[in-house]
Amino acid sequence: MASVSVKNGVKMVKILLNGEEREVTASNLTALIENLGLDGRKVAVERNLEIVPRSTYLATPLNDGDRLEIVHFVGGGN
Amino acid sequence: MLTDDEIDRYARHLVLKEIGGQGQMKLKAAKVALVGMGGIGSPAALYLAAAGVGTLGLIDDDEVSLSNLQRQVLFGSKDIGAPKAEAAAVHLDNLNPHCQCRIHRLRLTADNAAEVLGGYDVVLDGCDNFETRLLVNRVCHALKKPLVSAALGRFSGQLATFDGSPCYQCLVPEIPPDAETCERVGVVGALAGIMGSLAALETIKVITGAGETLRGKLLIFDGLDMTSRIVKLAADPTCPVCGVK
Repeated sequence: MASVSVKNGVKMVKILLNGEEREVTASNLTALIENLGLDGRKVAVERNLEIVPRSTYLATPLNDGDRLEIVHFVGGGN
Repeated sequence: MLTDDEIDRYARHLVLKEIGGQGQMKLKAAKVALVGMGGIGSPAALYLAAAGVGTLGLIDDDEVSLSNLQRQVLFGSKDIGAPKAEAAAVHLDNLNPHCQCRIHRLRLTADNAAEVLGGYDVVLDGCDNFETRLLVNRVCHALKKPLVSAALGRFSGQLATFDGSPCYQCLVPEIPPDAETCERVGVVGALAGIMGSLAALETIKVITGAGETLRGKLLIFDGLDMTSRIVKLAADPTCPVCGVK
């Protein structure tokens, strides 16, 4: 396990978000979406090269070193 | 069997070990439904007709307009005002008379989708809205039809193949609110060519069995960075379409 970093008593997780290193307090994907101020209905979250089903966000923990990408849905074709 | 004309026409396919005579016969026997004859449907239809797909279903209730021509390369200025499905059939017949076009001048709804799509082996969805995409996914899953789903907006595109689980609804569980449309946010024309051609290639692979398809995967193309990547799609255990009941 990677060492746990703590700031002001809050556990921080070091992730790679859209290619950039970020320290976040979110411990799962639901919290991450909320902290980023995103509308969860408009995006998918890719974690370590796999799109995570939305129904499992809460149960999906964020760990140090996780690579996350926010994928905005594209629906046009015209 | 292939006629002499077909052997000549498809010579570049026939020498490919992944397609060859057997693959070409599969293409000839295949019936592909195209949902939407727009930016994605236009190039996809051109390449599928040229490739020798035996039957193409052209589904669109719209007419050709001037602003379509920036990317919908199947149509010309003389088609403005004509129903897209009918104009498309004329051009595709000119490109390859061996390809039979079925014109469906309608919008897919919960009432007609199963009947329309039921007549085809593979569905290529290039429509312009999430509501239809979710409907097409439900119907394809129920009818056990492989679904090649391509979408675009601005400079980016997404492509996936769904066959069983995961399905499109595992990726997009509900209609995203205030969804961007190409009309509102724009789309670069050549991107439609890329995504439509990728969707046609994917469809040819689904039909012939060549290589590995994008089943269970999502290809994300970014035209500004000129990068693409493929990510895995996980099945949603609670998916109302393909999840465990």
